[in-house]
Amino acid sequence: MMEMDMNWVGIGDITDIPLRGARCVKTPQGKIAVFRTADNEVFAIEDHCPHKGGPLSQGIVHGTAVTCPLHNWVISLETGKALGADQGEVRTIRVRNDNGALSIALESLMMAAE
Amino acid sequence: MTQKLVIIGNGMAPGRMLEHLFEQAPGQYAVTIFNAEPRVNYDRIMLSPVLSGEKTYEQIVIHGDGWYIENGITLYKGHKIIAIDRAAKTVTSDHGVTESYDKLVIATGSMPFIIPVPGKDLPGVITYRDIDDVQAMLLAAQSREKAIVIGGGLLGLEAAAGLNSRGMDVTVLHVMPTLMDRQLDPAAGYLLQRAFEERGIKVITKANTKQIVGNGKVEGIELDDGTIIPASLVVMAVGIRPNSAIAKEAGLAVNRGIVVDSGMQTSDGDILALGECAEVGGMVYGLVAPLYEMARVAASHLAGDRSPAFVHSDTPTKLKVTGINLFSLGDFAEGEDREEIVLRDATAGVYKRLVLKDNRIIGTVLYGETADGAWFNDLKKKATDISEMRETLIFGQAYQGGSPLDPTAAVAALPDDAEICGCNGVCKGKITSTITGKGLTSLDEVRAHTKASASCGSCTGLVEQLMSITLGDAYNPKAVQPMCGCTDLGHDDVRRLIMAKGLKTIPAVMQELEWKTSCGCAKCRPALNYYLVCDWPNEYADDYQSRFINERVHANIQKDGTYSVVPRMWGGVTNSGELRAIADVVDKFEIPMVKVTGGQRIDLLGIEKEDLPAVWADLGKAGFVSGQAYAKGLRTVKTCVGSDWCRFGTQDSTGLGIRIEKFMWGSWTPAKLKMAVSGCPRNCAEATCKDIGVICVDSGFEIHFAGAAGLDIKGTEVLGLVKTEDEALHYIVALTQMYREQGRYLERIYKWAKRIGLDEIRRQIMGDADKRQAYYDRFVFSQKFAQVDPWSERVSGKDKHEFRPMATVGYPEAAE
Repeated sequence: MMEMDMNWVGIGDITDIPLRGARCVKTPQGKIAVFRTADNEVFAIEDHCPHKGGPLSQGIVHGTAVTCPLHNWVISLETGKALGADQGEVRTIRVRNDNGALSIALESLMMAAE
Repeated sequence: MTQKLVIIGNGMAPGRMLEHLFEQAPGQYAVTIFNAEPRVNYDRIMLSPVLSGEKTYEQIVIHGDGWYIENGITLYKGHKIIAIDRAAKTVTSDHGVTESYDKLVIATGSMPFIIPVPGKDLPGVITYRDIDDVQAMLLAAQSREKAIVIGGGLLGLEAAAGLNSRGMDVTVLHVMPTLMDRQLDPAAGYLLQRAFEERGIKVITKANTKQIVGNGKVEGIELDDGTIIPASLVVMAVGIRPNSAIAKEAGLAVNRGIVVDSGMQTSDGDILALGECAEVGGMVYGLVAPLYEMARVAASHLAGDRSPAFVHSDTPTKLKVTGINLFSLGDFAEGEDREEIVLRDATAGVYKRLVLKDNRIIGTVLYGETADGAWFNDLKKKATDISEMRETLIFGQAYQGGSPLDPTAAVAALPDDAEICGCNGVCKGKITSTITGKGLTSLDEVRAHTKASASCGSCTGLVEQLMSITLGDAYNPKAVQPMCGCTDLGHDDVRRLIMAKGLKTIPAVMQELEWKTSCGCAKCRPALNYYLVCDWPNEYADDYQSRFINERVHANIQKDGTYSVVPRMWGGVTNSGELRAIADVVDKFEIPMVKVTGGQRIDLLGIEKEDLPAVWADLGKAGFVSGQAYAKGLRTVKTCVGSDWCRFGTQDSTGLGIRIEKFMWGSWTPAKLKMAVSGCPRNCAEATCKDIGVICVDSGFEIHFAGAAGLDIKGTEVLGLVKTEDEALHYIVALTQMYREQGRYLERIYKWAKRIGLDEIRRQIMGDADKRQAYYDRFVFSQKFAQVDPWSERVSGKDKHEFRPMATVGYPEAAE
């Protein structure tokens, strides 16, 4: 799908998220975790660890990865894949950053729900 | 028959000689040592790391008191020998002790050279030679601001770097045009100077000191050109002179040093000399490798084997300043018959120069990248013809023979007789054969059996590579277990460097200690956050993003993402009002589970994160504060009912428990800290499996610690018995602070105690009133900043974002 065709929904400002932190966005399809890295990059993934469903938004953010608070799986924010020896993956959701105004792509959200 | 061996001096050379001697000829000699310094044998090479704070004195001791006792050595500490009577074969100390000898070894070392300028005797002018000098510098660094180091050689630069890392404003004066001119060529000397200047150390070359000025104490230095540099500390590190006066007075042949033959024998058949005081083949030595070689030769001769002879060999020079790598070896003066190969990489700060004669390496200078030093050393030693590999020689061993870039391959390719440890002259074959022969698996064992990496430690990496090559996957590098993949440093080094370098933020730690990742990981960040909270309680701003979620939201995360909440019940005592408030909260928020914990309080489980502030608000109205059941910090103090109710109780255990909890709540510790107070030895509060416990007895309070009842089960150890409740509190607080300062993150008190030693902890807490008071005071100070109830803070609005979703999207509009 082309970028322009996407249906972008505003979720707030980048400064709503602490540096090296995350916030949740509630959707009917479940929670999305939106991350802000030390370098001010923003990523969104399902708030659901592929291991035992831990809330990734509650983990410690380092580099472009997050460590799940339940059993320390490390998930890449860029790919949604588990790093290291673990196998698993969560859906990533597209985020747009217009000078700090953040929005997510509803389409990718719907796909994530399937 | 046992002969009497007397040794004057207790430095590294005679220490090593005795190790060889006891191995070669056990029982042949009864040994007496006179040491002018009031202490045991320690590693002088490591003085600079002690100065910079990377090591402690205890860590550089080579032979502890036990070693002397074990080997039946009489050690006179603080005894200086003032006379040798060769006719009577006796020595006499300044305290009037006279000992007779069959064989005498003189190992008086060297004296720092003092340049004879006016003012050299002013208070504040010191040398850099022994641990006393280091103590003096550390003291000066505390109160004084500007320091001058005279001498830009090895010692002077290490002193300058150490003082700089201790926060002093340092200027180095060097008489020659470039630093370390005896070991480095001008190009490398320039790079070195730049590296020092980048650290904020001023360097003045071609500087001749005219006088040291000051009225009653040092105030500065005047140079020949009239420049005056203010300073309150002057360190003279311009060189050393063999300390041979006592030998001269005794009529032995003395030139620059005490003249010995290649068997270390002086002009008297019953007297040997070795170390920095000895002159052999017209040379005197100051680096440890040749001194250890002398020790080996001397030991053989004493044992009756006169075959070994001391042979001169070049020793590589390395500078022990963290972050500066340099290596120099051999002869690198220019000459008609010489060629050179030079590699420069300005951006990487790398400079390499090989000096060749007849296609053989005779000199090497490496700056910035020194990994190939051992290889070049080997080529030089063997006089290998390098014409075949001349094109790629300067790039190092990895580029020879087509299999580059695997660092272990380079080490694996070294021949068996390649020297790995320069200080101790240990070659590769000796290390690998000892590992296999003795079944060694740890670095410490290899150090113990081969001495490799046991002195300056700069070859540790090579030795570890040899271990992994030899042992394969069986090698578990425990001895240097790094904190995590982001650093090669272990917890203890990181803690020490945080203090030594005054690092007060996580980014500063990562920058200064050369973290390999941009912002750490989930292992190192919480650890660093704790160390900084502990070390700088009034200055450090707690980094919530580096705390585990439980400590960030002050509740315990559960498997389904909900949280549990445990209010504090002081000493496990509650009342109807509190219970009613809990009941109301449970009803209002439909809390699914209420559970009594093992720590004598009540756990409310299954609370949604968004509800946490409201739950806390209601609990707060009833007077509850956070029970910190989630903290790597003080959890509960469990108690029994004690003398108030129990017919066996000897003291008010409930009262003491509450008092301890009220005093210590809020403090962060390396791992969770659970405590208990039992009113009598029946021990109903189960104090003898806690981190810290108290058993009340008729005569007072027995303090216990280092118990465990989790993954490991372990009864406590007794710290000691105190008479009053006040004392009990005081000692427990001091013990906790000692643990806070030394424990590694997530290391429970019983593991810490095992590592430090129970006796050492008892000595510091029970036996040393000053230490105990100092620990106590530091704990009390840190509590000023720690005792803020995190729940009421958040009820008032702190960290609001934590408890609310950022947005709600995708629902039909009507949902509003």
